Amino acid sequence: MNWTSISESTEELQRRATQVRRSSRQLWRRLALFLAVLGPGLITSNVDNDAGGISTYSLAGAQFGYALLWSLIPMTIALYVTEEMCARMAVVTGKGLSDLIREEFGFRPTFFVMVSGFLVDLGNVVAEFAGVASAMEIFGISRYIAVPIAGFVVWVLVLRGTYRQVEKVFLALCTFYLAYAFSAILAKPDWLEAARHTVIPTVQFNSSYLLMVTALVGTTIAPWQFFYLQAGFVEKRIGPRQYAQARADVIAGSVSCMVIVFFIIVATAATLYVSGHRNIADAADAARALVPLAGRWAALLFAFGLLNASLFAASILPLSTAHVICEGLGFEAGIDHKFKEAPIFYWLYTILIVVGGGLILIPRAPLWRILVLSQVANGVWLPIVLIFMILLINRRDLMGDQVNTPTFNVIAWITSVTMIALTLVLIYFGLFHPSAATGGL
Amino acid sequence: MLHATELLGGEAYDVQGNFVGRVSELYIEPADQPNRVARYLLGRGKYLPLLARHDQISSVAPGVIKLNVEEKELEHFHTNEAWLAVRKDLLDQQIIDTRGRKVVRVNDVDLAEQRTNGTVELRVTDVDVGLTGAARRLLQGLASPMMIRRIQQKLPARTIRWEFVNLIEADPLRRVKLRITHDKLEKMHPADLADIMEELSPTERQSIIASLDEQTAAEALAELDSRLTSQIFERMAPEKAADIIEEMEPDKAADLLAGLTPEMSQDVLEELPGKEAREVEALLSFDENSAGGMMTTDFVYVGETATRAQVVDWIRSRDIKLEQLDTIFLIDADAKLSGAVAVARLLLTEATEGLAHLKSEPLVSIAPDANEKEVFAIFDKYNLRSLAVVDVTGRPIGAITVDDVITRLRASL
Repeated sequence: MNWTSISESTEELQRRATQVRRSSRQLWRRLALFLAVLGPGLITSNVDNDAGGISTYSLAGAQFGYALLWSLIPMTIALYVTEEMCARMAVVTGKGLSDLIREEFGFRPTFFVMVSGFLVDLGNVVAEFAGVASAMEIFGISRYIAVPIAGFVVWVLVLRGTYRQVEKVFLALCTFYLAYAFSAILAKPDWLEAARHTVIPTVQFNSSYLLMVTALVGTTIAPWQFFYLQAGFVEKRIGPRQYAQARADVIAGSVSCMVIVFFIIVATAATLYVSGHRNIADAADAARALVPLAGRWAALLFAFGLLNASLFAASILPLSTAHVICEGLGFEAGIDHKFKEAPIFYWLYTILIVVGGGLILIPRAPLWRILVLSQVANGVWLPIVLIFMILLINRRDLMGDQVNTPTFNVIAWITSVTMIALTLVLIYFGLFHPSAATGGL
Repeated sequence: MLHATELLGGEAYDVQGNFVGRVSELYIEPADQPNRVARYLLGRGKYLPLLARHDQISSVAPGVIKLNVEEKELEHFHTNEAWLAVRKDLLDQQIIDTRGRKVVRVNDVDLAEQRTNGTVELRVTDVDVGLTGAARRLLQGLASPMMIRRIQQKLPARTIRWEFVNLIEADPLRRVKLRITHDKLEKMHPADLADIMEELSPTERQSIIASLDEQTAAEALAELDSRLTSQIFERMAPEKAADIIEEMEPDKAADLLAGLTPEMSQDVLEELPGKEAREVEALLSFDENSAGGMMTTDFVYVGETATRAQVVDWIRSRDIKLEQLDTIFLIDADAKLSGAVAVARLLLTEATEGLAHLKSEPLVSIAPDANEKEVFAIFDKYNLRSLAVVDVTGRPIGAITVDDVITRLRASL
């Protein structure tokens, strides 16, 4: 063997070693990439199970047993289709939903969408703090202590932490939703019956049933989440190459969201409905009523889930609302800015938390009226936002070949029309049968 | 002063006082004059719209314009890519404020009237990005013009002079036709430019990078979030990418290539000139989180026997980047690292002084496979600004500079 061949073979060895090192790094990078993309969809869908959501789902289980479980499958589809549209717009245009509405529809429609969005979200924030209050009362802590502390913690957490750290906290919190699965299992439900009702729809035509369906859909598909989701993907710089991962994230989010809803309904159906405790007012009532039926642990888990959900949504909603409004109207936004650079952003954020939390502390505040109104506003707002979304995503100059397929369009339009119809139902009952309307919330 | 949104939707009358149509767009022809409203588009419902030229306008007021010709003398509408449309291209769109160094959204466009022998020309003076424009847009048609003006006066105005407005046009052909240059962007600090690019959409970013000179592009890209840089490079031709990477420091170039797909990174490496390609490839073989992955191969080293005067002359004769001129490394006769001299020391010594006498004590260096925590610790302990990386034989193969340490520390926060 001569010298050249030796040096060649060592070179060859070195080259191969580099290649191995590189490909192992590639694999790791792929995984990291997936984890990096994973986030907005999962977070958004899980924040969806907020205080208002949990109350509505518990009521659905308590009043109708397993009978409403069938609605989860169509709702999952609607949730996925609408959220996927946002993810796709984010990936293709690299712009937020409020940016796109502003650029394509002008100032006034944007302003209208933003103002109604602010009011709707304020109502939702009130609901979140109400959730904090009632969950903490189950643990024996007064709302006059719990709500100010919660408000302050949320305010500081978001303003002091950078976005990435905050998001990690949120992602970790998502796993706490498993509390509902345990609650459901502890409640020893009739799984066969539950499965049957999930697949086979049973429709009733009476006012309380219709109201419950309206509330279910309204609380599951909320317009703020489209803005939040799209902004999340834009902020994470998800490009067309990672679109598959982004879609996986959206699927994981919508499905996991609905699985949690399933467990909440099953838990309350197996206990409250079966034993005849059908007249509960909210999630906290449900937790209390669970004690004699499923044991103290199931009830505490349920209350803990409620607390976590409320805090989670209370931290995200005000932030995303302030963001969306400022971006759409062209004001500086974001927690990277100082107060002086983005005063409107910080004021909006603070007002949402202070007013939202403050309303809970006013003795005998007409909370249910606020919640009904915010639900109606939600229902009015959603079709408008959805129609804007459908118009945007079908524009070839924006989306290229990534415009909606006919199937997606049909599902999106059905969702919009259903929401309009359901909102009309809600307004009808709100105007003419206010007592029935409040029962549904 | 007039505002574009007060004119848009306004009525147009010809010289006889007959209604012609409604103003639906204002066009600027940048190739002719950069700020003059050159044509007014008059919409006429189901009829074909007409175009009025700037010299056919006799008066302009909010909501009304008057022509000095008859309707039949107006041209029929035809589109022209070289015209800048105030409503479509400016209103509600994002622009770059080159003086304020940020991306802002246009609420309104301010126009000044200029009378020349019987005609009125409108010139764009500012774009409104503040509350005044927003209030006007919101209230128009709902409140009287007087009331709107009164409300406006109470609001803080935020406008940007037209000279400092840099339009963002994604289509390169149209950009040329509209005479949009990025000279002002090239004069900005690369870090500011990077901040601006982070706020834009991918297509817009791509178009700006494509129009910058390679040097500026390289500097701005080096400051950009790594996820963005790989996205930008993946949409670029390998030759163009190689041209930009050639301008970068080898460590930045290696970091960037490591983030690309293996095929893309290979394509770019093939386009790079031999020396650069070898350096970058050598850097690529180190683990990203090791001293080797942090170092650059662009560092200054001289023989330890040199005098100050010799070194300064040598530096002057070479094209050395300012960032590298922080520490000069010394090597002995075996090419082993024998010392490090802070360049500031050279200012304080005689021309004949030997560099060996100016060494910082103790001599510190690090092996390429040391992890980044060890690097941070050494920087902290000895208050370094630059640290030599040596191979097993003690020869320097690269240097880590403090700016890279700060970037990494911040990323790990």
